[in-house]
Amino acid sequence: MDLKQSGRRQFWKQGAALAGLAAGAIRSATAQTRAAETPEQSAEEARAYGERPRFETTERRDHRLAGQFHGAPYPDSGSRGPYSDLWTPLQDLRGIITPSGLHFTNNHGYIAPDIDPQQYQLLLHGMVDRSLIFTLDDLKNLPSVSRIHFVECNGNGSPHFNGINPDSVQDAHGLTSCSEWTGVRLSVLLKEAGVQKGAHWVDAESADELRFTRSIPLDKAIDDVIVAYGQNGEATRTEQGYPVRLLVPGWVGSYNIKWLRRLKVVDQPEMGKWSTNMYTTLRPDGKRRWFDFEMPPKSIITRPSGGQRLASKGFYEITGLAWSGSGAIRRVEVSTDGGRTWKDAELQEPVLRKAHTRFCFPWTWNGEEAVIESRCTDELGEVQPTLDGFLKKYGITLDYLPSVNTHFNAIQPWKITPEGNVRNVMFS
Amino acid sequence: MRCSFGLLVLGVAFAAGATAFAQGPTYNRGRAATAEEIRAWDSAEVDGKNLPLGSGTALQGAPIFSQKCAVCHGTNGEGRDVHGGGPRLVGNKGTTDGLRAWPFATAIWNFIHKAMPLGQGESLNADEVYALTAFLLHKNDIIKENDVVDAKDLPKIQMPNRYGFVPSPWPNPDVKAFRTRCPGGLCP
Repeated sequence: MDLKQSGRRQFWKQGAALAGLAAGAIRSATAQTRAAETPEQSAEEARAYGERPRFETTERRDHRLAGQFHGAPYPDSGSRGPYSDLWTPLQDLRGIITPSGLHFTNNHGYIAPDIDPQQYQLLLHGMVDRSLIFTLDDLKNLPSVSRIHFVECNGNGSPHFNGINPDSVQDAHGLTSCSEWTGVRLSVLLKEAGVQKGAHWVDAESADELRFTRSIPLDKAIDDVIVAYGQNGEATRTEQGYPVRLLVPGWVGSYNIKWLRRLKVVDQPEMGKWSTNMYTTLRPDGKRRWFDFEMPPKSIITRPSGGQRLASKGFYEITGLAWSGSGAIRRVEVSTDGGRTWKDAELQEPVLRKAHTRFCFPWTWNGEEAVIESRCTDELGEVQPTLDGFLKKYGITLDYLPSVNTHFNAIQPWKITPEGNVRNVMFS
Repeated sequence: MRCSFGLLVLGVAFAAGATAFAQGPTYNRGRAATAEEIRAWDSAEVDGKNLPLGSGTALQGAPIFSQKCAVCHGTNGEGRDVHGGGPRLVGNKGTTDGLRAWPFATAIWNFIHKAMPLGQGESLNADEVYALTAFLLHKNDIIKENDVVDAKDLPKIQMPNRYGFVPSPWPNPDVKAFRTRCPGGLCP
């Protein structure tokens, strides 16, 4: 190829590029022709919405068929949509934000509704002066808040849900994630409607197949509950309740109603399937504990954790997450000798209330067997218990534990073998 | 995060009590819901508020159940442990299996109305829901086959597990306040 030819080629290349700029994002036949004339010019579309690098492959694990519920297979196990039961790969996360595509889901096996934001309506009625219907636009044009909060399933970590000694932290505790949620405070909506005297609860109903409903005491509703349309800077994901979900900071996951359809101000809570049948803990005496609102303080080491392998002895940073439904984590301690001695870990700032908190702990592994674990204390002084402490508190035996759907926040120990393999030894 | 400073002030006002809510709207966003819209989406409370007119018996409920419910819940409400199956609805006398676990019969009415059959919630009319509720209460040995269930009777039906619940003592220790939030000692 002589110089003149290549010069002409350069000219066309530049011309095509400029034409592309002038035409903006519109892809026309002309642009295609131009591309054909200049084979060096890539005809690939720009990655307008980014993807992660091809080497990064961590993903949520589908637990639909592995799930157990109340000791029996999920009554609706099997596919009812692609989003029904996906657990977060906590072992692969950094910082405190769960990427939106890795946020856990648990729809009890039911299909995620496909809601057109233009058609979306939220009804607010009941013991109010003004019954109102809000469009998505209405909600977005009201004063907003953005808060970072975790969401955690009621029974996350319990043998009832997760089984005995599941391999990885994803399988053992993967029903929790943390995002920045943006929306309008429920207190603002309630004030617009005018709450009447005698009202004590707010029923929140989903547009899903079951019209899933939970009742929230009024003081919590006006405290920090958010009617959220934003997640990590963009719209709430489909499987996280697009376009609008409720965010009830620190409380049992199911209170965070997805695909929020209706809010009813009432004087008594829902006392049917959800709060008497599903979200209760059976005591050995036959009574059921209900209205167990808050998630307890919990910490887990995410690295090194179950299923991973330390290639050699030497320096490692033990790291993990801690959180509490009551507020901020005050302290995380780490033990590398099976709970005999404890030392404080460093908390990643800022430490936020009712949000995942990252802790780090420098450690040199000497190549011998070791059991590492973490223990957190929250702002109320509540300390994460050992498994024995947990059983004592609930007044149950280890045998009884797999049969109950209950909050579970016992200290999570990981054993590192001399070969460097990390094993879950919670129930060993 | 600072765009809602004004709300901090409002938040303090709210803490003062429900009377703070009894003011006019500030932003005038959202339109008035019509009575029809509310009626279409409304729910019944456990004490019977908002239960609509209508009635039904277990005899009337039987054919509806076999036509619309048995496919997921089994011919006798025993549950079907298959893909797409529904849970057990019928429990033996003396147990708290099936719907015998529920403390309020009105809640059964409300759940059927809202959510059943699965994917077709709010499609059954009031009489059908009363009939199905009566059918299930009968199968659970709580009422007789010919007992008429309507808005007046339903809240009066005593369920076997009415007092089977206790509040969780931790970490929300304010149990006394919790009890005062339920009128007529309905919970627990």
